[in-house]
Amino acid sequence: MTSETLERSPAAAWPSRARAALRAPGLVLSVVLLVLVGLAALAPGLLTGQDPLTGVPADKLLPPSLEHPFGTDQLGRDLLSRTVHGTAPTLRAALLAIAIGLVPGSLLGLLAGAAGGVVDDVLMRVADVLLAIPGLLLSLALITALGFGTTRVAVAVGAVSIAGFARVMRAQVLRVRESDYVEAAHASGTRWPGVLLRHVLPGAWGPVVVFAAVEFGTVVLAISSLSFLGYGAVPPEPEWGSLVAGGRDYLATSWWLTTLPGLTIALTVLAANRIARALDRGTGEAL
Amino acid sequence: MGRYVARRLLQAVLVLWAAYTLSFAVLYLLPGDPVEIMAAGGGEVTEVTEEQLDAVRAEYGLDAPLAEQYLDRLGAALTGDLGTSVQTGERVSAMVAEQLPATLQLTCAGGALALLLGSAVALAGAHTRRPWLRQLLLSLPSVGASAPTFWVGLLLIQLVSFRWGLLPAIGDQGWRSLVLPALTLALPTSAVLAQVFAKSLRDALREPYVETALAKGASRARVTLRHAARNASLPAFTVFGVLVGNLLAGSVVVETVFSRTGVGRITATSVTVQDIPVVQGLVMLGAVAFVLANLLVDLVYPLLDPRVTTGGAVAR
Amino acid sequence: MTEPQERDPARPLLSIADLRVSYHTRGGVEEAVRGVSLDVAPGEVVALVGESGSGKSSTGHAVMGLLPAGGVRAAGRIDFDGTDLARADERRLRSLRGREIGLVPQDPTVSLNPVQRVGRQVAEVLLIHRLADRAEARERAVALLERAGVPEPAVRARQFPHQLSGGLRQRVLIAIALAADPRLVIADEPTSALDVTVQRHILDHLEALTRSTGTAVLLITHDLGVAADRARRIAVMSQGRIVEVGPAERVLGDPRHPYTKALLRSAPSLDGGPVAARAPAADPERPPLVRAEDLVKVFPAPRGSGAPPTRAVAGVSLAVRAGETLALVGESGSGKSTTARMLVRLTDPTSGRVVFDGRDITALRGSALRRLRRRAQIVYQNPYASLNPRFSVGEVIGEPLRAFGVGPRRVRQARAAELLERVGLPARTLHRRPAELSGGQRQRVAIARALALEPDLVVCDEPVSALDVTSQAQILDLLATLQEQLGLAYLFISHDLAVVRRIAHRVAVMRRGEVVEEGPVGRIFAEPAHPYTRELLAAIPGTRARPRQGRDPKEVPTA
Repeated sequence: MTSETLERSPAAAWPSRARAALRAPGLVLSVVLLVLVGLAALAPGLLTGQDPLTGVPADKLLPPSLEHPFGTDQLGRDLLSRTVHGTAPTLRAALLAIAIGLVPGSLLGLLAGAAGGVVDDVLMRVADVLLAIPGLLLSLALITALGFGTTRVAVAVGAVSIAGFARVMRAQVLRVRESDYVEAAHASGTRWPGVLLRHVLPGAWGPVVVFAAVEFGTVVLAISSLSFLGYGAVPPEPEWGSLVAGGRDYLATSWWLTTLPGLTIALTVLAANRIARALDRGTGEAL
Repeated sequence: MGRYVARRLLQAVLVLWAAYTLSFAVLYLLPGDPVEIMAAGGGEVTEVTEEQLDAVRAEYGLDAPLAEQYLDRLGAALTGDLGTSVQTGERVSAMVAEQLPATLQLTCAGGALALLLGSAVALAGAHTRRPWLRQLLLSLPSVGASAPTFWVGLLLIQLVSFRWGLLPAIGDQGWRSLVLPALTLALPTSAVLAQVFAKSLRDALREPYVETALAKGASRARVTLRHAARNASLPAFTVFGVLVGNLLAGSVVVETVFSRTGVGRITATSVTVQDIPVVQGLVMLGAVAFVLANLLVDLVYPLLDPRVTTGGAVAR
Repeated sequence: MTEPQERDPARPLLSIADLRVSYHTRGGVEEAVRGVSLDVAPGEVVALVGESGSGKSSTGHAVMGLLPAGGVRAAGRIDFDGTDLARADERRLRSLRGREIGLVPQDPTVSLNPVQRVGRQVAEVLLIHRLADRAEARERAVALLERAGVPEPAVRARQFPHQLSGGLRQRVLIAIALAADPRLVIADEPTSALDVTVQRHILDHLEALTRSTGTAVLLITHDLGVAADRARRIAVMSQGRIVEVGPAERVLGDPRHPYTKALLRSAPSLDGGPVAARAPAADPERPPLVRAEDLVKVFPAPRGSGAPPTRAVAGVSLAVRAGETLALVGESGSGKSTTARMLVRLTDPTSGRVVFDGRDITALRGSALRRLRRRAQIVYQNPYASLNPRFSVGEVIGEPLRAFGVGPRRVRQARAAELLERVGLPARTLHRRPAELSGGQRQRVAIARALALEPDLVVCDEPVSALDVTSQAQILDLLATLQEQLGLAYLFISHDLAVVRRIAHRVAVMRRGEVVEEGPVGRIFAEPAHPYTRELLAAIPGTRARPRQGRDPKEVPTA
């Protein structure tokens, strides 16, 4: 049974992969959704023609209609346009937060895993402490020290995930280091830096990327929560979390003001998590 | 056993000390002068004179060298003195003590609900043999984990309170006002729990000992409940500490959304007015909760898993 | 319970007819069992022999209605005493499982619930089938454990699986399988996860028990020797089909199918033919290429466990001459791998000396150690783990050349192609990835990598134990040919005496970190001096004296 599976050439796997994609409509939908989100961030004008900042006072608090698919807010501004234009700051903050977690985190994890001994012990104890403080509380402490604004919120959220990235990277480095093929490389006379570059890093990278994809959803949620609490974007600039916060006062009368921007966040996170899961399964097979 | 407990206790104390040091570093060492932040006292005073700054420095002991400040504060923290609030002048420890019961009520209700929802979904998903139902049940957690807490809360208020008029939207009087906040708080936590538990259940059901049980003639329900669930609950149990931390952090958002009093609410206001001593006190509260939860896990785990000896190693 | 002797002996207890089983995987549908027909008479022991993937386990599991996820029984009848199990509903199957048909699973270390006391796990069978109430079941569980040969059954019943050895756990599983006095026991590779000496005791006991109760046994095994020892009839399975079936004597004495013949060749004591694989012995007068002097390796206990450190190797001295094969034989945990790894400096010895070609290499570091790597290479047990899945075969073989700066890429690729040819693989394999190759092909690539630097010594760490029988023979032949052509010395680690007998010139037997006996291969097999060596040889399946006598089921187990 196994030998048959092994003998199959990778060329034959491609059409079956396309078929597998068709059998996973959720995944296809997720990709489409994230492409739309990306488009909204890069070229909001393509998705909406309305002005996000100036409204028509006469058209205030209109429910969703063909003209205003998301309805309008208390100043008569088109909510769809505000949501689309709010994508860029949210997405920028999320990517910045991931970068802040990923780069130092994986470097520290690599150092800990590769050096071992005291270096490893010290770094991992520090990571333990970072993980001992609930993420949102640590972000709040950082915001207290750094001040408000979308970028600072991104820094505060990203810094919290450094420990997570370091742990994943270290675990991968240790796993690959212990494998027979790395010992075989040593036994072949390959020097340590060569082993690290040619075997350990490429082997460890996949799961770290998957973790980054998983973190993306978490980070978007954390950033929008902090914006909702009022530490992010300064009004009138639209941002997803603060859009929901802005609709709170009209909760009883204008449901769309909170529901639709919130739904956008939820769907984006859901799509990102779905893709992360597919990536996870993909790397699991490659190993 | 005694040595094991002593070692775990020592570790817990060390983590708390490190967490204190870290929060001190974050709040007092990062750019952004704590004195100016405090003197501004929430942004009402815009112009601050040098004399005022000096006065604040003297009042909060910020004119001393950093190392001395750190040691003073750490020493005070050891006696339970977490400093005084810049905004209200109240003692931080008294503020926390006053607000804690309301939050404990909320987090305990939320935690219990999360446990119930999470394990019910995971067990049902593992047990059902209808593919569509399994698919549906097992995709619920990822939906729950993707919805922002504040949005879920607002949605519930909109539907349950405003549209259907079933439960009060805000406030903290009686159990009726506890239902919606507890549910909101429970949702993301139950999603995490369901994901961990469903995965470990799936793994456990693939273990050879499950086949042994089936070969005895046991029914699927018996195998799932008596054999797989017990083993699968072990990995789920180890994330308990993380979940407790999540619940406490989640109370910041939930108490704000439902206008409840509690430590979450004062966290939000303290950050807004940059009340550094209060924020540090609350960060430490989070760390204490996490450490206590993990301590509990460490102490109870050997009772649940006979393979783990209190020596800390898996016996062979 | 009906006495099987009273039944019509002509009517089989179990009758499988044209059984087909397929697995639905993401890659499509794979047929594992392709039309199997087999009968088991009441009280009869039938062995189903085949390699992994031959469909023998799927056949056994289909009988119990316990195919793993994705497994579908596509066609056929499974008649058990008048009931067609293939068409029976779940309720009916449940009433038969454990009650009429018992299962002894493959790996005792993972087949018991780790968080439940073993007594309760035995009693559960009685409770499920309402054969006893709670208190009675508890008492009978102890008696059942005792019957299965578990010493101090009352104490053991209160213990958890991890507190028992592998052999004892298998006895517990036998107690579970036989608890309700079933009429058929399906034993799925019941001992392949255990050491050979334990294996024999377990099989003896299972045999004695089932004989005394008149239980029929369907023994599923990859080892023709085990089948020869235990079964009255043998069915040989390959690629989902039964290729040969008949009385044990006939199948073993006069095999008709080429596959059965290949299987027979791999079973040491069943194979009377000449040993073809071995290269001519080296001149005993030559000085040793590598010499170990009183090697000791102590592993510290895991941090915080409070356990004493493990002495994995406790003073081993041995020598390998140029061009010869020294086999290091022993059961798992005997320290043979650690010894070999110290010899090529992949692990540092705690004390002792390693001398390579007259030079003390015990403390070599840096570039001197790298120069040693050119002369001593290693081939690992698992060719799935020892090749980087991201590398092409060319990159794998080229890696040592690259490490020692041999030529530009083009030269290295040409050399890699040459090496591939040497190990019997076509040059186009160069651009393929390990995942596209079979186990045997991968091991050839690993050998090519080991040869790239033209070493004098190659450590082969169980190089064929992960392979099927056919590839095993081919790899052993290849190793012997290469030895003859290149004058290589092998340190050959194996737990499998059949393999050792085919390839080794000299044998060293290890037990608990010490060499208990060493000598030429002929002498060790013909006149073993040490009791442990004798025990090892006696435990080889297929060596039991015929006709068989029943053994006392109460004998004291060593497991």
